[in-house]
Amino acid sequence: MMLTKEDVTKTVHDIYERVREKSFEEGDMLINALHAIQDHYGNYIPLEAAETLKELTGLPLSKIYGVMTFYTMFSNKPRGKYVIRFCKSLPCHVRRGRSVIEALKGKLGIGFTETTEDRLFTLEESSCLGLCGVSPVMMINDEAYGNLTPERVEEIVDAIVTRERSDEE
Amino acid sequence: MNKAITVLVSVDSSSILMGSRHYKNYLISLVSRYNLDSVVEILETGSFGRYDRGVLMMLLPDSVVYAMTSEKDVELFVTEQLLKGRRVDKLIVKDFEPAGAIETTVVSEEMRVVLKNAGRMNPRDIEEYIAREGYQALGKALGTKPEEVIAEIRKSNLRGRGGAGFPTGLKWEFTSRTEAPEKYVICNADEGEPGTFKDRLIMEGDPHLVIEGMAIAAYAVGASRGYVYIRGEYYESVDNLRTAIRQAYEYGLLGENILGTQFSFDLSVRLGAGAYICGEETALIESIEGKSGRPRLRPPYPPVKGVHQLPTVVNNVETFGCVPHIVNRGADWFLSIGTDSSPGTKVYSLCGNLVKRGIVEVPMGTTTADLIYSFGGGIAGGRTLKMIQTGGAAGTFIKPDEISFPLDFDSMRNHNVSLGSGVILAIDDTHCAVDIGLNLMEFFAHESCGKCTPCREGTRMIIHLLGQISKGKGTPDMIDHLYNISSTMEDASFCGLGQSVCVPLGSLLDRFRSEIEDHIGAEACPLEVCKFEKPAKQKARRW
Repeated sequence: MMLTKEDVTKTVHDIYERVREKSFEEGDMLINALHAIQDHYGNYIPLEAAETLKELTGLPLSKIYGVMTFYTMFSNKPRGKYVIRFCKSLPCHVRRGRSVIEALKGKLGIGFTETTEDRLFTLEESSCLGLCGVSPVMMINDEAYGNLTPERVEEIVDAIVTRERSDEE
Repeated sequence: MNKAITVLVSVDSSSILMGSRHYKNYLISLVSRYNLDSVVEILETGSFGRYDRGVLMMLLPDSVVYAMTSEKDVELFVTEQLLKGRRVDKLIVKDFEPAGAIETTVVSEEMRVVLKNAGRMNPRDIEEYIAREGYQALGKALGTKPEEVIAEIRKSNLRGRGGAGFPTGLKWEFTSRTEAPEKYVICNADEGEPGTFKDRLIMEGDPHLVIEGMAIAAYAVGASRGYVYIRGEYYESVDNLRTAIRQAYEYGLLGENILGTQFSFDLSVRLGAGAYICGEETALIESIEGKSGRPRLRPPYPPVKGVHQLPTVVNNVETFGCVPHIVNRGADWFLSIGTDSSPGTKVYSLCGNLVKRGIVEVPMGTTTADLIYSFGGGIAGGRTLKMIQTGGAAGTFIKPDEISFPLDFDSMRNHNVSLGSGVILAIDDTHCAVDIGLNLMEFFAHESCGKCTPCREGTRMIIHLLGQISKGKGTPDMIDHLYNISSTMEDASFCGLGQSVCVPLGSLLDRFRSEIEDHIGAEACPLEVCKFEKPAKQKARRW
């Protein structure tokens, strides 16, 4: 899908107004707007959106880029439809997390920060997700999966792929 | 609850991913299929504190806890227990002690104060909270002077549960004394310390408790605005807290003229966006102002200059969770629990190679041994305990012969065992100290914000050195280099993140030095965890 600058400008204007209505004070605006814009475009923030935000907020572009790139949840590059965040912290690591990561990389055929060719999956490493009672864990978009084993992650990926294929038909 | 039987289904985030929503819906459908709707009430609740047996459900009034791992289990529960009143022994969690809230001070028994309501009521219904003494403490506080509230909190010697242990009453007093047109109260719910998941479960299980604690703090210091800063990844916590805030506004417990007094307090949720450093209070404040979360120079501390340079109280979720109980029951009651220097209870997150992982709340001063063996059920898979990291990523690694020390805010000074955010991460004998150290340092390098050189470059250099050792390219001088870098980081880093790296790294080097040395000049990793590369032709580069 090609995004035109006009489309993005209009969309970001609308989102910004919506965020403003719910906002507590001015300081809230930038990060809340970035969350909303990323949700709208599905896992990333187009660079054109930052230019529009510059006009709306009056902030310098450098600051907007700075915030966008500082926080790991934001991305300015298109990511897959499903962003997999795998926890690499110790509580997952000591429950055989490494073997699960290897299985997942093998299954997807990609490494961390890469996206599959069909643009379905992006694999990212994450710090502790706070689900250590059922580690190892990962999140796929906003859904968490726990007590993972090499076999289970393959099943989870297969289930998503099957669902996507049947949606296409 | 006017039906004869109530089933409380645990639907916290960890239970959801074991299928609790699905089991709950299936349970509802079976209950109506067997025409039990008029006698059985099914309610959602927060965490029961453990996850080793499956999705937990509590049958009331019997207080029997069932564990479900399949639809078959749910069917059996309905057809036997609910329909015929016969217990299904194989599904019952026999060693589940329904912890009496605020009843016991004997060490080795769970004592739920902060977690009193988690797993016992519907967190999305303010009336259930009110029915369980909810917002009583706020009413009581509003009937006294702000100075009296601060005096009571000071007397209770409540100390910050986020890890640093700073006296809460003192922090409030500093904020209250600073003259300003506006003040803020912030709840630090950016829980990111690896191994910690207590704040998540408090917010999911009892969001009104946090709101009440914050409102009391706001009244005490004279603030009229507040934020709950929650990790962006904590979808369920965000949802429950937003619901709770909306309900509190509807009931006049937030907003203008609370409970008919002159006190007004506005509260909002702010989302983090993936940055461990935002758990540092000044970085969190920067983030609230809409900037990148890089820490500020301290002093001035937030009680003097915080959000928008205005006086600000920043406390952890669990700390705010203690406040209503102290106001209700008095400082003397609080002082009667725990140890002299650290009164009250502590919520621990038990994780790693334990049989029973989950959260448990016990009086301060409980030993690591009790947490591992009495509550954690010992080491999983018949393995042996090798090391324990206490307190989170920035906490100490200790050996099995050090687990008998009581844990409180003084255990770091007395025994070199940190309490931190209350993590007990057990690690079994299949793990290699070098590999553990490398994993830990990758975390710090990833989360270093890059503002100051000692932390940004120090974490990188430590990874290089540990990486060389784990590849079989270690040289004897590397261990001294590691000590050097870590003490430089302690002295010269800008904020707590870099300054605290010396705690885990130093304790690992001190306590597992011989195992690390066994990697140097060896043919292979002693436990064959590290993958050695072929020996390098030339001598490893010196730093």
